[in-house]
Amino acid sequence: MSVLFYGSAIIAVLATLLVITRTNIVHALLYFIVSLLAIAVIFYTLGAPFAAALEIIVYAGAIMVMFLFVVMMLNLGQVTQDQEKAWLTPSVWIGPSIMAVPLLVAVIYAINLNQEQMAHTVVGGKEIGVALFGPYVLAVELASMLLLAGLVGAYHLARK
Amino acid sequence: MEMPTVTMQVIPMEHGLLLAAILFIMGMVGVLTRRNLVFILMSLEIMLNATGLAFIVASSHWGQVDGQIMFLMILSLAAAEVAVALGRIAAVSKAQNTGYQCTWRDERLGPDSLF
Repeated sequence: MSVLFYGSAIIAVLATLLVITRTNIVHALLYFIVSLLAIAVIFYTLGAPFAAALEIIVYAGAIMVMFLFVVMMLNLGQVTQDQEKAWLTPSVWIGPSIMAVPLLVAVIYAINLNQEQMAHTVVGGKEIGVALFGPYVLAVELASMLLLAGLVGAYHLARK
Repeated sequence: MEMPTVTMQVIPMEHGLLLAAILFIMGMVGVLTRRNLVFILMSLEIMLNATGLAFIVASSHWGQVDGQIMFLMILSLAAAEVAVALGRIAAVSKAQNTGYQCTWRDERLGPDSLF
């Protein structure tokens, strides 16, 4: 379990690093899918098999395919890649990256203040279903309204 | 399938939160440094995903279901967000014939490129 967690964590971080540095968008998307799969494995090791399945089905399956679909539809090939390369000069990315490091250090420091071991309890699909349609039923309704608004909004915005 | 009710206590909560923080910061750097809207959108997805990871870690730490419910909410939020944003990107770049290369504010695209 431990090896699985740390191995997947390393893969997730490396894949995400590759996502934000690629110039070819399809490569970035493929690395992002790898990162999502690694995070799904992490969810599984953390005792959340239902969330792991949803991560793969919804994130890697639906959202990423939507990205790929739009990119394939709009792709202009080498021209766009050269443009992306020209935009991704060190003078552009080095400042924000350096400024982000102290933030990460601060978060690491804050997390390490409280050392405590965790016992993993597997929370399966049944408990999630009971909670979703029990105390969280209003949140489910709101999420459905949000998705409906997203549907209508996407239709309206994409219509020429 | 039978799930073991309690697995071995192996991974400290801090390590899960650390991973979430690293992924979140990477997504933030992506949002700050990239100019292409599709890459910015992807970096936003990285950040949302890191937030979901933090919720799952907390849910697993206390053995409660609530964190996973929040993850489901983040998932539906991400889906709605991507649908709307990609629809907008597709409309703008099709109208201006720039491929997916639209940015926050691009002289070539005019005010239409602003989200």
